[in-house]
Amino acid sequence: MRVELTVNGRARADEVEDRLLLIHYLREVCGLRAANVGCDTTSCGACTVLLDGQSVKSCTVLTAQAAGREVTTAEALASDAGLHPVQAAFQQEHGLQCGFCTPGMVMAAVGLLAENPHPTEAEVREGLEGNLCRCTGYHNIVRAVLTAAAAGPGGPASRGAGHDEHEVSA
Amino acid sequence: MQVSILGTRVLRTEDPRFLTSGGIYTEDLVDDRLAGACHVFFVRSPVAHARIRSVDVSAALAAPGVVAAYTGQDLADLPVIKPPMAGLLNQQMEQRLLATDVVRYVGEAVAIVVTEHPYQGEDAVELVEVDYDLLPAVVGLEAAAADEVLLFEEAGTNVAAVFGDRAALKADLFEGCDAVVSRTVVNQRVAPAPMESRAAAAVWGEDGRLTAWIPNQGAQGTRGALARLLGVDKAQVRIITPDVGGAFGAKFGADPEHGVVAWVARQLGRPARWAETRYENLIAMTHGRAQQQAITIGGSRDGTVLAYRLEILQDAGAYPRLGGILPSLTILMTTGPYSFPRAEAVARTVVTTTTPLGAYRGAGRPEATAALERAMDMFAAEIGMDPAEVRRKNLLPPFSEPHQTPFGALYDSGDYVTALDKALEAAGYDELRREQARRRDTGDAIQLGIGLASYVEITGGGDESGPPQENATVEVHPDGTATILTGTSPHGQGHATAWAMLASDELGIPVERITLKWGDTDLIPEGGGTGGSRSLQQGGAAVQQASKELIEVARRRAAEELEASPADLVFDAARSAFAVAGDPDASVPLAQLALGEPLLVRTIFSAPGATYPFGTHVAVVDVDTETGKAVLRRVVTVDDAGVVLNPLLAEGQRHGGIAQGAAQALLEEFVYDADGNPLTTSFADYPFLSATEVPSFELADMATATSYNPLGAKGIGEAGTIGATPAVQNAVVDALAHLGVRHIDMPTSPQRVWQALQAAGLAGTGSEGA
Repeated sequence: MRVELTVNGRARADEVEDRLLLIHYLREVCGLRAANVGCDTTSCGACTVLLDGQSVKSCTVLTAQAAGREVTTAEALASDAGLHPVQAAFQQEHGLQCGFCTPGMVMAAVGLLAENPHPTEAEVREGLEGNLCRCTGYHNIVRAVLTAAAAGPGGPASRGAGHDEHEVSA
Repeated sequence: MQVSILGTRVLRTEDPRFLTSGGIYTEDLVDDRLAGACHVFFVRSPVAHARIRSVDVSAALAAPGVVAAYTGQDLADLPVIKPPMAGLLNQQMEQRLLATDVVRYVGEAVAIVVTEHPYQGEDAVELVEVDYDLLPAVVGLEAAAADEVLLFEEAGTNVAAVFGDRAALKADLFEGCDAVVSRTVVNQRVAPAPMESRAAAAVWGEDGRLTAWIPNQGAQGTRGALARLLGVDKAQVRIITPDVGGAFGAKFGADPEHGVVAWVARQLGRPARWAETRYENLIAMTHGRAQQQAITIGGSRDGTVLAYRLEILQDAGAYPRLGGILPSLTILMTTGPYSFPRAEAVARTVVTTTTPLGAYRGAGRPEATAALERAMDMFAAEIGMDPAEVRRKNLLPPFSEPHQTPFGALYDSGDYVTALDKALEAAGYDELRREQARRRDTGDAIQLGIGLASYVEITGGGDESGPPQENATVEVHPDGTATILTGTSPHGQGHATAWAMLASDELGIPVERITLKWGDTDLIPEGGGTGGSRSLQQGGAAVQQASKELIEVARRRAAEELEASPADLVFDAARSAFAVAGDPDASVPLAQLALGEPLLVRTIFSAPGATYPFGTHVAVVDVDTETGKAVLRRVVTVDDAGVVLNPLLAEGQRHGGIAQGAAQALLEEFVYDADGNPLTTSFADYPFLSATEVPSFELADMATATSYNPLGAKGIGEAGTIGATPAVQNAVVDALAHLGVRHIDMPTSPQRVWQALQAAGLAGTGSEGA
């Protein structure tokens, strides 16, 4: 079947198998391999991307379901001006180790902050419950999200990594 | 002079790549050599124990996109897989890359289907028909040890290994003790579950050499293991290590599946790829822990422990692998940080019709600490003394000269009492006990539990080939950059940043201008990889040593350049240049000395032995006595791993380990039913820890240098699982101690807690003592 959708700001039209999952479309057709497959049961969130600004697990979305919609992946967050504030905060707070969950975790965090720009620690933990990480114990991930929230859209001041052009908030 | 960056919080240079385009894991590889790769899918046994009557791949072969399908018979000319450690593990417990006659666990591979596209493979494996004659499952360690059903007829027993002589255990070990407590506890089976499952990509060149991309913890070990699986010389194998999405001990060496993928690539003359599903990962990647421990502890009513005994039954799963020998490490660490006048430990390893056991973060040492710290608490409860006091009374006094234990461990340095005191102070222990007393007095439904664990562990040990060592190569380039080659293998630990810090400190080259390379066996033929918390103390020490040696090589070149005596030259790291002492204008930059002959040094750092980090963890839980639910409120830890190179990275290691330890204590267990069917085969069923189930952690600092390497560093990678696991478990039991509860096996699930309360006859009441 033919699907038309927008991926990271660019309109695309592709012929795909009916059953092709969005994660496989992004990885194999679009060549966007930051998001990963970490489970079979929509449990881990390594495949998290934004669909019309809301975080979704792309392993549980058919490519067809994304037709006419806008998909944003981790690849689109940074700009020439530097890392997105959430990305910058993940580096600053050491919120990643092996990196496998990271693109999904970052997108989930971006989605979370779009909905709730000033979350409490408990709200961050609730908001990221569907994204699993085996390395960090979540400690520094939570700190990174809180740091990004405190810094606001401009990003952590010390990094000077703010940029607005590719703001992905819904 | 420049200020040293060692000991500072340098941000990871790896991160921007991981955060933007993402790491390049094996599944992400785009490489010309892999163009046109076929995809391998495994047909796995759905039964725990059976004789294979027939395997029919004809329907699969007719399915769309299927290139080939193979059964165990097709691979029968490959070498059988012998258990490692021939002197320890029963060598008759053999495995084949694909089962030929008998399957011994759910998940054992019996056939493969090779397809053009991955989706076709998922469809086609369903079409392979395997006829099984069921045999009785062997689940449970006592059942296995009884030898009524054998997994390997030819072995004549299910016992794969024996450590120590049970017949020699002393009948009078506990003579003279006022109080003796015995209990059999379970250190349950868990799944390492790295976020990246196993994978492989393989291609054979026209020169007859195999290139294999495999997520691993040490490419050189993986090369040897893969060569053995295929029956080829290791010189014929090149391993390239892509980014690795977590390992936790379970990605050492090579698994049968890796051998199969390489075989397929050779058989079909085209590249082959494999990436397992999470379901496959949970049933077919090695598991961890799985010990049953009979523990006995005895001593005086003043809190002095006089004797301790540990009898281990280790589950090896269906085929003995590294997990089968881990009781030797548990035994080595039997008495931990304590000074017990008498102690004994023995172990047996048995095979069962379950997934094989391997290393999992801590690998044998968490099991030792869990047994010991449960024992200390049970003894404290028996004599009615505060668990902290009992520990203080029995901890070894501080020592700076190596201390020999009765089990052969040589502790390099330690100050265990200070670690305990610091942790108690950081936790506010006395106030916690007062709060606990208040809740007990008022019969609060939510009871407070405070758990302690004091530990010492072994990191960076050598192996049968000799004392611990690692190599490093440092090269300075004419453009002022540098490259490091290391035999370690980072998969989240941040070596690219940490090793660059060490080289930068010597060479005066900024961290961001130093590139780390690892994991390609053609580039780095030797190396011990990353595991056992060895990397910094050996691999990092080697980088520092190579950098220092490089400065001396450069000094001689600078002397020629400046027409001065080498002894008169001063290296100014702030400028990364040599200058003549007293004449700063007469100088030459380090990079300029690389213009002609390459400026590089390869060196090997050797350590005199293993190091023994230590610490104390304090866990605080709320336990709902009406529902049995335990909620982890705080974890406060002192983890002394010697001198810290980068606190950011060290803390990250502690956080991750604490969480995994807490997960084992509270949630995680890989479960089989009596027929050997795995019940926790997805992340929907296996209770992988999420962000809501742990608090932020409270880390207190302590750093007692070791003299075993110039960095003064010990390993930090596994402290968390060693300390936190028993601390959290002890906290849950402690919450109910006044009700007469003395032990709850891990995971301390609501059901287990509730059952323990029922057994104490006091569920739902917080006010009655036992």
